[in-house]
Amino acid sequence: MFANFDFDVIRRSLSYLFLDGMTFTLTLTGLAALGGLMFGTLLALMRLSGLTLLGRIAGLYVDLMRSLPLVLVIFWFYFLVPYIGQWLTGSSRPIRVGAFASSLVTFILFEAAYFSEIMRAGIQSVSRGQPAAAQALGLTYSQTMRYVVLPQAFRNMLPVLLTQTIVLFQDTSLVYVLSIPDFLGAASKVAQRDGRLVEMYLFAAVVYFAISLVASLGIRRLQARIAFVH
Amino acid sequence: MNYHWNWHIFLEPAPNGTGSYLDMLLSGLVLTIETAICAWIIALTVGSIIGVLRTLPSKMASRAGFAYVEFFRNMPLLVQLFLWFFVLPEILPQSWGLWLKQLPNATFYTASIGLGLFMSARVAEQTRAGINSLPRGQKLAATALGLTTAQAYRYVLLPMAFRIVLPPLTSEFLSTIKNSSVAITIGLVELTAQARAMQEFSFQVFEAFTAATILYLLINIVVVIAMRFLERAVAVPGTIGGK
Repeated sequence: MFANFDFDVIRRSLSYLFLDGMTFTLTLTGLAALGGLMFGTLLALMRLSGLTLLGRIAGLYVDLMRSLPLVLVIFWFYFLVPYIGQWLTGSSRPIRVGAFASSLVTFILFEAAYFSEIMRAGIQSVSRGQPAAAQALGLTYSQTMRYVVLPQAFRNMLPVLLTQTIVLFQDTSLVYVLSIPDFLGAASKVAQRDGRLVEMYLFAAVVYFAISLVASLGIRRLQARIAFVH
Repeated sequence: MNYHWNWHIFLEPAPNGTGSYLDMLLSGLVLTIETAICAWIIALTVGSIIGVLRTLPSKMASRAGFAYVEFFRNMPLLVQLFLWFFVLPEILPQSWGLWLKQLPNATFYTASIGLGLFMSARVAEQTRAGINSLPRGQKLAATALGLTTAQAYRYVLLPMAFRIVLPPLTSEFLSTIKNSSVAITIGLVELTAQARAMQEFSFQVFEAFTAATILYLLINIVVVIAMRFLERAVAVPGTIGGK
């Protein structure tokens, strides 16, 4: 079965796989998680703002994103982002957007819907006494959120946010549909060039598995260490 | 925006000769639903078994269940589909591999099984959570009545657990439908793939994707409404959700 398993093809392509592919994957994961968390928190604040219209818009956005497959959303933004760029910059034709920028925008906007649900639960987990005390101290709404509620919500939800980031890490492999060389895309390129599908895909699977497993075990330890504040 | 909108495109004949573009999208929709249902049957069956394994007193069983869940949860679905589709036929004995490669509708079977097993790990986690959420007295009472472990699960624990985790299972089913679009990468021509094909044939990008979006939203709405009825029908009497 593994008699003609070619380890050398993996060794030869290691630098391409990790320096190009994995760097792309991790950068995309990190930036998308950061951007998604910020936009997601904003969406959560909109939904909890008590302003009907703002809440509706945010709710609609979150529901829409969560009922669409990521692959479809990737295609949507791949074609839409040039037009959005044209609209933003006011140029006369759709602007050219690179593969990385396009997928980053996609993942930020898509993951924000999921992050917003987590942050909403986090904000709601903070006890009523906290904002009440903050107001009694004379803090404004934005100060209350910034210094009192959000730090606690973030802390409470940290394990869930990190778990969602692992999901995001795995989801970034879907940029494959745009033939972008992320880690899996790079592995696939080598696999097809050298006719070594078995070796490359197994290796990619092992790498994804190892990273996700180590990360999720780490989160479990973190979860045991940090206390949930109410 | 200087994009040329043409909403009549759906009624124009598609170049693949199977009817209009709308027919093309609808055939994709049917395949999406078929794949999702087959995958869901697998996910629910295997997931329940694994979920039960993880709650059994036997250390071996719960460790096996843990390993299963971690195995399927820590790899991207796309990679798992590639393993089933490209790698499995190569590492099997040659004659089996050949048989697999020549199977008609291989992409459909691969997608259903791959997606089903991927989702089964998530179903297992939900089942386990449901069983663990029951008061310990349930299991003890079942044992006191003289039920065997199998009977306790069959008549006492699972009927309650499944009803409790019905809402999260609904969202797992919705994920299954959405995730079936990942099978575009192994060549399954489901809804997203048909929208993409329509875009390539007709250059009407946004019409194609808008139609696919609406169809996905419709599936979601139908599933959510159907599950709400089911939830109401099987709600546990005496709980907040029940009568």
